[in-house]
Amino acid sequence: MEMLLSLAIGVLTASGLWLLFRPRTFQVILGLSLLSYAVNLFIMAAGRLRSDAPPIIGKDPASADPALYADPLPQALVLTAIVISFATTALLLVVLLASRGLTGTDHVDGEDGES
Amino acid sequence: MHDPRFLLAVVALPFLGSVIAAFLPARSRNLASSLAGVIALASAAILVAYYPLIEQGEIVRYALPWLPSLGLDLTFRLDGFTWLFAALVLGIGALVILYARYYMSPEDPVPRFFAFLQAFMGSMVGIVLSGNLIQIAFFWELTSLFSFLLIGYWHHNQSARDGARMALIVTGAGGVCLLVGLLLLGRMAGSYDLDAVLASRAAIQADPAYLPALILILIGAFTKSAQFPFHFWLPHAMAAPTPVSAYLHSATMVKAGVFLLTLLWPVLAGTESWYLIVTTTGLATLLVGAWAAIFQQDMKGLLAYSTISHLGLITLLLGLGSPLAAVAAIFHTVNHATFKASLFMATGIIDHETGTRDLRRLSGLARFMPITATLAMVAAAAMAGVPLLNGFLSKEMFLAEALESHSGTIIDVLLPYLATLASAFSVFYSVRFIHQTFFGPPPVGLPHQPAEAPPWMRLPIEILVMACLLVGVVPALTIGPLLANAVASVLGDRTPTYSLAIWHGFTTPLLMSVIALVGGATLYILFRDRLNAVERSPIIGRLKGRRTFEAVLAAIVNVARGLHERFGTRRLQVQLRLIIITALLLGAVPFWRLGYSRGPLHDTLIDPVFGLLWMLGGACAVAAAWQAKFHRLVALVLVGGAGLAVCISFIWLSAPDLGLTQLLVEVVTLILLLLSLRWLPKRLPDIWPEGRKPPKVHVRRGGDIALAVAGGTGVAALAYAMMTRPPPHSISRYFVENAYSGGGGTNVVNVILVDFRGFDTLGEITVLAIVALTVFTLLRRFRPAPESIELPDQQRRQNAFDEASEDHAMGDTLAHYLLVPRVIMQWLFPVVLTFALYLLMRGHDLPGGGFAAGIATSIAFVLLYMANGTRLVEASLSVQPVRWISAGLVCAVATGIAAWVFGYPFLTSHSRYLTLPLIGDVPLASALLFDIGVFAVVVGTTLLMLIAIAHQSIRSPRARKPAQPATPEPQAGGRA
Repeated sequence: MEMLLSLAIGVLTASGLWLLFRPRTFQVILGLSLLSYAVNLFIMAAGRLRSDAPPIIGKDPASADPALYADPLPQALVLTAIVISFATTALLLVVLLASRGLTGTDHVDGEDGES
Repeated sequence: MHDPRFLLAVVALPFLGSVIAAFLPARSRNLASSLAGVIALASAAILVAYYPLIEQGEIVRYALPWLPSLGLDLTFRLDGFTWLFAALVLGIGALVILYARYYMSPEDPVPRFFAFLQAFMGSMVGIVLSGNLIQIAFFWELTSLFSFLLIGYWHHNQSARDGARMALIVTGAGGVCLLVGLLLLGRMAGSYDLDAVLASRAAIQADPAYLPALILILIGAFTKSAQFPFHFWLPHAMAAPTPVSAYLHSATMVKAGVFLLTLLWPVLAGTESWYLIVTTTGLATLLVGAWAAIFQQDMKGLLAYSTISHLGLITLLLGLGSPLAAVAAIFHTVNHATFKASLFMATGIIDHETGTRDLRRLSGLARFMPITATLAMVAAAAMAGVPLLNGFLSKEMFLAEALESHSGTIIDVLLPYLATLASAFSVFYSVRFIHQTFFGPPPVGLPHQPAEAPPWMRLPIEILVMACLLVGVVPALTIGPLLANAVASVLGDRTPTYSLAIWHGFTTPLLMSVIALVGGATLYILFRDRLNAVERSPIIGRLKGRRTFEAVLAAIVNVARGLHERFGTRRLQVQLRLIIITALLLGAVPFWRLGYSRGPLHDTLIDPVFGLLWMLGGACAVAAAWQAKFHRLVALVLVGGAGLAVCISFIWLSAPDLGLTQLLVEVVTLILLLLSLRWLPKRLPDIWPEGRKPPKVHVRRGGDIALAVAGGTGVAALAYAMMTRPPPHSISRYFVENAYSGGGGTNVVNVILVDFRGFDTLGEITVLAIVALTVFTLLRRFRPAPESIELPDQQRRQNAFDEASEDHAMGDTLAHYLLVPRVIMQWLFPVVLTFALYLLMRGHDLPGGGFAAGIATSIAFVLLYMANGTRLVEASLSVQPVRWISAGLVCAVATGIAAWVFGYPFLTSHSRYLTLPLIGDVPLASALLFDIGVFAVVVGTTLLMLIAIAHQSIRSPRARKPAQPATPEPQAGGRA
């Protein structure tokens, strides 16, 4: 599983990076989305892989043994990251749309160089 | 008064007044000035109420703990010396405010002036009353900033802007040195607390860091107090309104430097380096200032150089290092403030009434404004050191000290002569100032006919001149006790015996005074006519402080520009490549040095389904990267596929909250990107000149692929190495153990978000709100590219079909498009809303929470929009996203503040279960209220962005003409 997830993160990163280097705004936005998937999975993996651990704790204080449960910390971090990356994507998108309207091109530099 | 807490009020009141004045209407001159005056007097009254304590030699202290672990408290401290100085700042401040009321033109935005002036006064009092070194540096910077604003108050005036900028750069640079010096000082003393520092003289002077600290502190003080060679900013700061000059350049700003030197005198003074640096600088400044003042033609310029010279005198006295010299320095600080402030004010009146300050044009004003003339003459006499005035007393003390032997160097020998010479210069320019202005034939060709100023404008000068007289005639009854307190608190048990009498018999200092008076007057008689022809000061006029300053500034800018041109690029692709290459190299360094190995943990067994999932997910990602250029919709769907794989992985890895939120966010992001697609240009295959791609393109793309693959491999290797090692102990344990007992919830992730790390979440929703408003604002002025304005292809075809068919009205096909799904979508609206509410309510105990619920709610609204079209929805339903956002933020912040009401820190939570009929136990934590705030912000944010971008499609084509601002009113058909 570890190997598989690492490969998944690697593939997402590589695709995201390739798109990040492209000259068209839409490609860059998609690239950032893919990169954020990769980063979120990476943070998640920092809590190590647990596919059978309950995420909800019991109400009995004795049952609150951290070893029994999924690590909540990366989850909280990723949850924040998901929402923020949505906001970033939206802002970037609108900036790029405005730039496209003003400059007449969807090149990231606002002027059509070589593609 | 015995309650030290009122010390805070002395500092805080001016700032409060500043904030109030900033919000007054621009024409309310009377209101702003009376408010400022009342505030200054109130602060002064508090100070006076402390006097009985000060008189007994006590130190009033008030400390507010701020960062106690770092030794940083907000400490205010009042002793005899700081009392005297604060009284000076506030007293002259009140007089300047009264004066400014009449000086400022009603045409100027006067409340702004008073806002700056009071803030400056507050900062100055802040320096004086600070009991902590870092706090002093903080208020020091504030005075630099506010003096910048004050000097540049007439910002339409080029010289005001230049003068303000120069003052800010010089004093700001000095402030940085001062901060470092004070930090060093605090380290040597082992504490930043002023009393502790003052008590550790021996340790500090023995420390090897003493000399660097001393030099840095001195640079700070010298730049502020306009000491040679940093003096050049002060004359240029005369572009300020005259009340500002009267305040900043007599009692406050420039006195901050000598104040600090006096304050730290017990710790820093007495060493050889102190003596050499401070005395030399003071002496040079004294002579240069006095010499230059003689040749000024502008009255304010003359006063500016005279101020420089007097500051040099005070610095020189402090440099001598003997207790008696320190007494003289403190005394002269007070005296100079009183006579210089009144002289500036008198100059302002002359400028106001005649329209010029040029000594060559003024003459014989005494017969037009006799009272002002008398006042100015008395003040100028005090400046010259004429007996029976306050200036005489401190100058006598100075001359007496000049005669003493202090170090055995050549300075001892020269000092008496140079001191007499400087005094003679001082008499010279004082006589010139008075004689040219007030005596001689009546003036000709002045811009205004001169007349006496209004009585209220003269009142501040009258008070100050009265003070000069009283101190000069009966010093023991007036300034005596105050000075004694100040001296005792600075010098402690080293306090010398000194006499404030006006007559000490026929002494050498008296002889020197007489020589100076007679010599100065004689010089004036000899040279007065030739002086009017001088354009710049002889000898030192060659020292072009301003030109050097500007050359240095230009050189720095040029270097920066050169570096930027050489190493900077405006091309995003290049920047991104460089960033990624740097990250890759830095990431590779540890592996290269220490080697790469997997950890000791065994791999868990691969689940084939998970393997299949990621074969699909990876393929989606690669395909999306490949297709994003020409097939945007396909790429979008493929990215969605990869996102879905991530989402399922989250659920697989025991994170249902993440899976849920990721899924919902995925939907919203997809809609957002879909809405944007129509504004992007059509992408056609590249056409290369020779019909095939040039090799350059192959190389570049090959490089990008290599970089991307390297990045992917690196991250994968890193992830694998990390996952095969046992996890370190983290704070997760604490969260799990305390989630239910402390936070009252069983969903630990949600408890972390809304309780343990509630403050982070508050910041996060604020960011969301800001992003949404930015998006909204950007889109209000959105102008699409010309080729995107036409209706989309599909709608045009539908309309053409309507036109061609006889039984169709225009828009029918569009209206009937996908009818069944639309009905289902409408019905789904309440279902999704209920689901969102359910997510919200159970969030604390089970997967869900404000984020997920908020996005689910906005999806419900978006479904409604998609089903009915923007216009139809908004005809019946008014969604007010901005209100949602503000209500949410208010709710979240109010939940946090409510904890204060119960005496707990911000955002402390309280939880209990409430049993409702039918529904059962409901977790009712205060965190739920917070989560509702999060929910509302997320709903508002998402909706605001989606609706704003959807509205672009229905804006009228007329409004899209580039020259006209866009109107949001929908007119043409179309669907969001």
